[in-house]
Amino acid sequence: MNDPVSPMSGGTAPEKPNGAASKEDEFVELRRKLRDALPPLSQPELRRDLWPEMLRRMEQRPVRVPWFDWALLAVAGVALAFFPGLIPALLYHL
Amino acid sequence: MDLLQRFAAGDVDAFESLFRQYQGEVYRWIVRIVRDAAAAEDLTVETFWRAYKGHAGFRIDASFAAWLRRIATNMAIDHLRRRREYVELPEEIAAERKPDSAVQQETRLALRKAFADLPPRLRVVAQLGLVEEESYPEIAQALGISPLAVKLRMFRAVRLLRKKLQRWGMHP
Repeated sequence: MNDPVSPMSGGTAPEKPNGAASKEDEFVELRRKLRDALPPLSQPELRRDLWPEMLRRMEQRPVRVPWFDWALLAVAGVALAFFPGLIPALLYHL
Repeated sequence: MDLLQRFAAGDVDAFESLFRQYQGEVYRWIVRIVRDAAAAEDLTVETFWRAYKGHAGFRIDASFAAWLRRIATNMAIDHLRRRREYVELPEEIAAERKPDSAVQQETRLALRKAFADLPPRLRVVAQLGLVEEESYPEIAQALGISPLAVKLRMFRAVRLLRKKLQRWGMHP
């Protein structure tokens, strides 16, 4: 793993102004505290094979309306458009 | 036809081989960002599901690992957007820590809270750069941004952390 560069570091200059050096120190200190609060993961190994899970995910199909239902809806729509008198009868039966 | 060509053509057997080859790597990358083993497993599956759906868009001359890592990072950021609180790591994957004083404990809790409050795109950079010590070019590649943009995000993340801790009366 490479060592990250501090966002305050200005390169490889051997001497830094006091302000820059102190910001660098503050950054290092913050990083130390952060690594203490949120310790890096030691051995984050996967404990099981996820392929069966993947297969289940692949087999999930989105909910589909059968073509027959769409055809029925279309017929009903056309019938109501041509015979609006059917609407009260339909509402009565619903 | 090699494995990647077959995958790009939609071959499920090729996808399975790639899945088995890369699932550990993808999981390790995600768990280091989200710090939650169960969520990381789900996100690993979702990452591969997205890759599978987008197989036609994969360029076979590109790196499959880098492509997956980019998808995985986006999935992890989406997860952080949905769930922002800190999750305590199970002992077996957390690094060992020495017992300490109540003051240190308080600082630690404040830092965790401040860290969890960071915007997810800054948090992921800080997590990988400051905690996991990944290099800027590596983070840049995973996020699909330049190393300079990573540096800027890191700078903003550190500034936000400092501000928040100062507001709570703590010296960062």
